[in-house]
Amino acid sequence: MSLVNIKIEGVPYQVDGSLTVLEAAKACGYEIPSLCAFNHGECNQGSCRVCLVEATGARGLIASCVYPVNEGMEIRISSPKAVEARRRSVELLLSNHNQNCQQCDKNGKCELLHVAQLVGAREGAFAGVHSETYIDELAPGLVRDTSKCILCGRCIARCSNAHGLGILGFENRGFKTIVSPAENRSFADSPCIQCGQCVNVCPTGALMEHSEIYKVDAALKSGKHVIVQAAPAVRAALGEEFGYPIGTPVTGKMIAAMRRLGFERVYDVNFGADLTIMEEGTELLHRLTEGGVLPMITSCSPGWINYAEYNYGDLLPHLSSCKSPHQMQGAIIKSYWAQQHGVDPKDIFVVSVMPCVAKKFERQREQEIVDGLYDVDAVITTRELARMIRRSGIIFNRLPDEDWDQDIMGDYTGAGVIFGVTGGVMEAALRTVYYKLTGKEYDKVEFTAVRGHEAGIREASIDINGTVVNVAIASGMKSAKVLLDDIRAGKSKYQFIEIMGCPGGCINGGGQPYVRPCFLPNEDDNILDTYKEKRAKALYSEDERQVIRQSHNNPQIIELYDKFLGEPNSHKAHHLLHTSYAAREGFNVIKK
Amino acid sequence: MAKLNNSAVLKIVEICGRYKNEKTPLMMILSDIQNEYGYIPLEVQEIVSRETGISVAEIYGVVTFYSFFSLKPKGKYVIGCCLGTACYVKNAQQVIDKFSEILKIKPGETTEDGMFTLDALRCIGACGIAPAVSINGTVYPKMSVDKVAKIVDDYKAKEVAA
Repeated sequence: MSLVNIKIEGVPYQVDGSLTVLEAAKACGYEIPSLCAFNHGECNQGSCRVCLVEATGARGLIASCVYPVNEGMEIRISSPKAVEARRRSVELLLSNHNQNCQQCDKNGKCELLHVAQLVGAREGAFAGVHSETYIDELAPGLVRDTSKCILCGRCIARCSNAHGLGILGFENRGFKTIVSPAENRSFADSPCIQCGQCVNVCPTGALMEHSEIYKVDAALKSGKHVIVQAAPAVRAALGEEFGYPIGTPVTGKMIAAMRRLGFERVYDVNFGADLTIMEEGTELLHRLTEGGVLPMITSCSPGWINYAEYNYGDLLPHLSSCKSPHQMQGAIIKSYWAQQHGVDPKDIFVVSVMPCVAKKFERQREQEIVDGLYDVDAVITTRELARMIRRSGIIFNRLPDEDWDQDIMGDYTGAGVIFGVTGGVMEAALRTVYYKLTGKEYDKVEFTAVRGHEAGIREASIDINGTVVNVAIASGMKSAKVLLDDIRAGKSKYQFIEIMGCPGGCINGGGQPYVRPCFLPNEDDNILDTYKEKRAKALYSEDERQVIRQSHNNPQIIELYDKFLGEPNSHKAHHLLHTSYAAREGFNVIKK
Repeated sequence: MAKLNNSAVLKIVEICGRYKNEKTPLMMILSDIQNEYGYIPLEVQEIVSRETGISVAEIYGVVTFYSFFSLKPKGKYVIGCCLGTACYVKNAQQVIDKFSEILKIKPGETTEDGMFTLDALRCIGACGIAPAVSINGTVYPKMSVDKVAKIVDDYKAKEVAA
């Protein structure tokens, strides 16, 4: 790192010579109005022309996000020329933008609106014709509205960085340019896995989750038994929507809020996670001891399932047949719970609060339907729950801490809670597999070797009574592909693999609160590098607080098997808790 | 995905193979396919994607960016009317409108009998002879509205004779 001398607004500074003007200014305490939110170049760099400044040695104004600093450079951010140019750039973006901001769910988190206010953009400065609008509402998980797209390209970059997929791309040219799957198809007719990572990076409301709040509203009005269940990762991030620092678990307040929203029962999906471990652990044992298809791969992440069905149809027998935890728990609510409470399953409406948009797709899969009923009737994301809480007049921060409903499925273990983190399912399953094979608890319960929050691949070897079990974890399809290609080539050395769709696992799911430095003035400058770790810590700390940390020791799980299911992988368990998969063509619909 | 026949798949794979050592082979592959088949539909793009590792969306973006590439089959005779600045100020718009009127197709479309495709081109570098029209590579200089009907008739007559 070589230092260079620069001046900003006439004040001398010494900065790292490898920085861009934008980064250097930030380091010196200036935030040049921009749309990029320091997102590590995950955009069509330099194209929005918002971050223009004057700099010596350059012809005209420079886009500070791509222009490097150099020795002796004098930068003017507040010169009248630069101020006006930035305003013009934003006004030009607005001239082709749908400005129904009050009807947009992104309002309050919209970077375009934010920067428009910063630079003082005026309405109608460049009034004129708008590009044709295309709205895709066919996919259960995602909605795309081109009238709000500013062609920044962040979604395109995220899709290929996280998954190597590149579902989205620019198409056509000039005024007709849009960002879309090839042929301007719906996400539903393309090999999109509906993970929602593109939604997480979209600066405007062009890409959003497909909201199901209206279904919840209708159910609450209908007089049905509306039961809500929340996934582990939600509690680690919901607080961000209400001003808590990233990484603050808000379990108690979240439960209190859901109760006040009118849900009859408030359950933790951790119980379902414990149940998943019982079923999946047993399945793994069978495969290990009876020569089943190995490696077995986890099946909790619906984004990953979509990817497998589109791209690795030949490897589907490797997938665990277990449903994901919230689907299992939904099935149990509509069977065991209904029986215990003397309720007709048809009168039950199960809502899942998830960090995920692919869950919206998953709950509608025909392979998940049991006896003609969906396990889960609506999936709302962490962000949608926050929206419901805000509109209800609940002051979240003043809520008391309450506890989950405890009847039948209230207990959960530390094993369940870490499902929200990459490596968590694997770790939880290994705790139980170890017990089943050895008859004793693993004395050091934490398999730290497989912990991690990065999108890389991790592996570990666990010695269980002389049998070595090789395991690996991957999150993000780019990493998963490496493991899958090995299996296809017949050279995988693993017995058990955990794959999560989103990089970092559910804590970084496509339904989680947006992490935008411009809206988080109290977070560290490097928050985009650290937020996953912070959210993960919130979950691991809850795991460590639990007295019981192994799924098979959960008393209510034991009771559920005694009274209802029989044993793991029993006929009844298969009927309710297991599913199947089918290979799919990516571009399956023939147009016209 | 509509299924392509085996020989077409092999041909496309062969074309992709020609540029294995190129750093950025996409334009060359697409040019060859365009020349070979006259158009590059999505099914073909899927094969190119599989062979090169470039996403379908990106390939589709390139195909729709350059007017040289086509998603649909073109007619036997492709009439390209230059609408670049020099041609435009010399009434090229009226020329293309006349073709449009006579052939009963809009620019970018192909006649039902598959005979003619009408394309609007940006500058083809023939400003000295503006307004220029190019039909299957033959350039018609200094076009005017009243020459259009005869040119179309000549091509039609050629077809009848053949």
